[in-house]
Amino acid sequence: MKNIDTIEIKFGTDKLKKGFAKMQKGGVIMDVTNAEQAIIAEESGAVAVMALERVPADIRAHGGVARMADPKIIQEIIDAVSIPVMAKARIGHFVEAQALEALGVDMIDESEVLTPADPFYHIDKRKFTIPFVCGCRNLGEAVRRIWEGAAMIRTKGEAGTGNIIEAIRHQRMVTTMIKKVEQMNDNELHKLAEEYSQSYVKSTEILTCRKVGDNVPVFEEYTYATVKEGIYKILLDIKNVFHRLPVVNFAAGGIATPADAAIMMQLGSDGVFVGSGIFKSDNPSKRAKAIVEAVANYDKPDVIAEVSKNLGEAMTGIEIETIPKEQLLQERGW
Amino acid sequence: MVKNKIKIGVIGIQGDVSEHVIMMQKTLKETNTPGEVFIVKTKENIDEIDALILPGGESTTISKILNKSGLYTRIQKRIKENNLPTMGTCAGCVLLAKKLTDTYRDVTLLEAMDIQVTRNAFGRQKESFEKNLRIDGLHSMFNAVFIRAPVIEKTWGNCKPLAKIDKKIVMARQGNLLALSFHPELTRDTRIHKYFLEMII
Repeated sequence: MKNIDTIEIKFGTDKLKKGFAKMQKGGVIMDVTNAEQAIIAEESGAVAVMALERVPADIRAHGGVARMADPKIIQEIIDAVSIPVMAKARIGHFVEAQALEALGVDMIDESEVLTPADPFYHIDKRKFTIPFVCGCRNLGEAVRRIWEGAAMIRTKGEAGTGNIIEAIRHQRMVTTMIKKVEQMNDNELHKLAEEYSQSYVKSTEILTCRKVGDNVPVFEEYTYATVKEGIYKILLDIKNVFHRLPVVNFAAGGIATPADAAIMMQLGSDGVFVGSGIFKSDNPSKRAKAIVEAVANYDKPDVIAEVSKNLGEAMTGIEIETIPKEQLLQERGW
Repeated sequence: MVKNKIKIGVIGIQGDVSEHVIMMQKTLKETNTPGEVFIVKTKENIDEIDALILPGGESTTISKILNKSGLYTRIQKRIKENNLPTMGTCAGCVLLAKKLTDTYRDVTLLEAMDIQVTRNAFGRQKESFEKNLRIDGLHSMFNAVFIRAPVIEKTWGNCKPLAKIDKKIVMARQGNLLALSFHPELTRDTRIHKYFLEMII
């Protein structure tokens, strides 16, 4: 008797997407712009690399529209290393995401570091086989991205500044709000879900010039009622099951030193992304190794002290207050 | 080796560490086995444990930090000298191997099991899959989760394959060492953790 179970193979399931993110926990994901840097990152102990055309500090300096990296560069990076390769797509640009999936990229970062492509909607990430990571400044953004299918969340921080303050702000915003959610009754949870659904409503109202009711689709085929219910369920899971975000949660945006990485871990991050911090510093290989050590030993001050010695100059860094509000990358996405 | 309380350590360098801790705790509870599960980060911890789990994660990263921290030699010693029961999943399976098929420069093996492993044998993340798997010693299928998974190309000596996909070996046992290319810790099914527990007591 043939057992039908033996022939059943499933790809791109929620478990596979979230499972991939879990394999990254406790690790450092490094921005690289070519195969040579990717090899340095891998040799330094990175759990994955993020392939992009320019690191955020250069995107900031260069100006203009920042897009998905040249697929040729991504392919060269894929061929050069055995660790997973991630790449960034513009917010809402689902065709860049499709192209990255076709290339064999392992995870897509729908990233505010690139210029947003869609003024209304983020990508419907459930439609893809490979997992997505998305940035957030607060619990509302995190929950919306998770509802859209993100398998991993990261703080937005303020990329390309070498300044940790925004990453800490965003991490604290999320954890503090989760504590509040844990105290909420059912009524309050429904209200919060409604509040968190408003960005879909606003986009739809602008597009349709009409007030949105429960049965109106507000994101792809999903109605306002469906979105509210979906977000409510995520909040309920946070309250009753997870007591934290229900997906892997990394820190990103401004991490420049081993101590920066370790403070994010002590504040509850599962791992860190380092963008400009490594290859904009004096000694990338040494700094990369030091940050990897710091993340693995984030609760051991003696190790942090040891690995922080003689790293050379960190990237110069920018005071957030000196950046005009319209140039803040974290304001992108909603 | 029946003791009052079993101490099971999960290497806590990188990867899905907490998932293994939770699964093993659940396994102890379901089998009414007195014991504790904790995360191992230092050399000293290695001497305290009765069994070890090497979790999934990135084999290159885990291998580098195991080496640097001196955990490597200590684990090798305990496996060789005390027959420390050890289970490795995915990256852990890679680390247990004596041989790697690929020639990547970036990983040091524990060289504990008579297996040769190929990393990322099924392809990249888009080729990652779930499949119901027949496993020797389990009565019914196991929902196996393969994430950029390695395969065991071949076994020799006393090492026995326990599960295969086509001709590819995805689970093998040698004495009280157990290697899996998939992730039972990502499911709710404790049967493989129970199987490992039976190898310990």
